[in-house]
Amino acid sequence: MTSARTSRMPRPAARPNRQTAHRLALLESMLRVRRFEERCVELYSAARIRGFMHLYIGEEAVAVGVNEALTDDDAVVSTYREHGHALARGVPAEAIMAEMFGKVTGCSRGRGGSMHLFDAGRRFYGGNAIVGGGLPLAAGLALADRMTGLARVTCCFFGDGAFAEGEFHETANLAALWGLPLLLVCENNLYAMGTALARHQAQTDLALRAAGYGMVSWPVDGMDVLAVEDAARRAAEAVRAGAGPHFLEMRTYRFRAHSMYDPDRYRDRAEIEHWKERDPVEGLARRMRDAKELSDKARTALEDRLAAEVDRAVAAADQAPEEPVEDLLTYVTSPVEAIRP
Amino acid sequence: MTATHTRAAGPTASSGRTTTYREAMREALREALRTDQRVFLMGEDVGRYGGCFGVSLGLLEEFGPERVRDAPLSESAFVGAGIGAALAGMRPIVEIMTVNFSLLALDQILNNAATLLHMSGGQLPVPIVIRMTTGAGRQLAAQHSHSLEGWYAHIPGLRVLAPATLTDARHMLAPALADPDPVLIFEHGSLYNVSGVLPADAGPVDIGHAAVRRTGTDVSLITYGGCLPKALAAADDLASGGISAEVVDLRSLRPLDDATIGDSVARTHRAVVVDEGWRTGSLAAEISARLTEQHFYDLDAPVERVCSAEVPVPYARRLEQAALPQPDGIVAAARRSVGDLVAAGADAVERRPITGGPG
Ligand SMILES: Cc1ncc(C[n+]2csc(CCOP(=O)(O)OP(=O)(O)O)c2C)c(N)n1
Repeated sequence: MTSARTSRMPRPAARPNRQTAHRLALLESMLRVRRFEERCVELYSAARIRGFMHLYIGEEAVAVGVNEALTDDDAVVSTYREHGHALARGVPAEAIMAEMFGKVTGCSRGRGGSMHLFDAGRRFYGGNAIVGGGLPLAAGLALADRMTGLARVTCCFFGDGAFAEGEFHETANLAALWGLPLLLVCENNLYAMGTALARHQAQTDLALRAAGYGMVSWPVDGMDVLAVEDAARRAAEAVRAGAGPHFLEMRTYRFRAHSMYDPDRYRDRAEIEHWKERDPVEGLARRMRDAKELSDKARTALEDRLAAEVDRAVAAADQAPEEPVEDLLTYVTSPVEAIRP
Repeated sequence: MTATHTRAAGPTASSGRTTTYREAMREALREALRTDQRVFLMGEDVGRYGGCFGVSLGLLEEFGPERVRDAPLSESAFVGAGIGAALAGMRPIVEIMTVNFSLLALDQILNNAATLLHMSGGQLPVPIVIRMTTGAGRQLAAQHSHSLEGWYAHIPGLRVLAPATLTDARHMLAPALADPDPVLIFEHGSLYNVSGVLPADAGPVDIGHAAVRRTGTDVSLITYGGCLPKALAAADDLASGGISAEVVDLRSLRPLDDATIGDSVARTHRAVVVDEGWRTGSLAAEISARLTEQHFYDLDAPVERVCSAEVPVPYARRLEQAALPQPDGIVAAARRSVGDLVAAGADAVERRPITGGPG
């Protein structure tokens, strides 16, 4: 399948943001996340997907822009709101959908579901549903690269809520102390479940606080994919060059409720509508249309292509076999062959 | 240290050399660091200080600060970092000062190390070794004295080991590192100073199996870690009273070696489980349940348990010693099980009621 990761490959080195093809690829990648998740909502209502499901709608620019700055060798650590991160990383829609259906062809063989997507081959390390739990792990991936001399970046996504966890502060200290090649991407969508930022953080300027650990820290307009990409590219390059951990505070917003169980009673409709005016997907599409880079016809063709891709993913997930119950106890520990070489 | 602790637990071979448990552990670490460049040791004060129990003394000078890595007081972060490094192909040995402090890293151990392989459908094994001390006996009071290894033995996805002998201290680490899954090694704080002869021909420990440390015919004393010397002392005492006790050292708390435990009980028909954990919900409870499930008809007496009293471990020496399993309590339990009720005493100590908690 085409993805942001593969489609961006031939990009010329100089001023990539200006290239129409590149913008198109970004738009496509964001739209893939949007359309994929919209389908997930339908499938959830139809009880084809169960469990907790957290949508990324509204935040697509962050996953897509940051992934543009990473290479296949880099690592990504994510949260339970990770459909967008996984898709932008190039995990096939089919493998993700099958996982949500609990099928054997799922990217975690049906053991993880929506909150625990993994793809070792793409160095996509989940899928962590413990708020902040991925941060120390990401520091360890970065530490291994540091110790083995590999110029790779480990990128860790987490929310503003995680900023209140000790995990963040322990990891920030450790990463800065040891100069680890870690890119910390905080998705500040202004809410931790139903608790607004000002109700859970004593100091709401998160980039300022991260800077207190001696890290280079920038606030970024998380609704503008080009701004995200630019910031992420500069940060990732610095991290790769050995400048130590960098922190990006992505100022973004989720248009939907926290999860499918959330009646979303803690926010004003007006606030949501205000942020929707800054929709990262339609914002880029509008700019491209105004610049005559995207015709209505091309947009329709793109939508058709993505709809077909999602259709294929759903059909394949539908037809995939269930994980047999006899395999219940597999993957608790490694197979014996692995233990006795 | 009490007198029982100075007894060398383990085989006394004629060829070998005298060493301590602490030095045996250090040698194991040194060997691991020498033979595999992927191995590194990380934890609070493992480097310049030499390890808070002196286990890693000198390793920093030998291997440098990258591979003998002092970590800040951030249990969750450095245990999690060990997990991440393991995912990326390293073989970290993470030291946590004591099991009490491991609770600050419990999320990483349980929700990441033990879980990632399964949640990822087999894609992400976590080859990490996490070492920590456990146990009481040194008047360190509650927050430095608890035995929580039984909690970890509750968790699928972990291998939990308790080296009780010099040979295990020296030769358990290599197979633990060879395991692709997370391994927790619990070192009882009172064992570090134990000295004895380390057999020259000792090879890698079979970490999948329990070991019979002493054979006997009348009763099986089933134990592990810091209680092994106490069980061996009790067996000596019982022998002088004409009771032949077999001593089984579990060595692996997860998985439990049902076969070795069961074979022993099938021979002796009586079992006393000795566990420094609290009785309620303990590893001893698990073993007792398995024996009733699997060996009910082999048993000639109820399974006895000798555990810690249901109290946070106190500081005062008399109270602390009273809270912990002791050889006399093990002897009394063994006598009860063989029917020697007079010798065991009418209200034997280990039958004391549980205060607090269920029951
Ligand atoms: C350690 C922990 N505490 C609580 C929860 C329950 N919980 C799940 S998501 C969430 C809010 C997290 O907010 P944030 O980090 O801002 O991420 P967002 O959902 O906004 O992406 C909470 C409290 C959890 N999963 N883990």
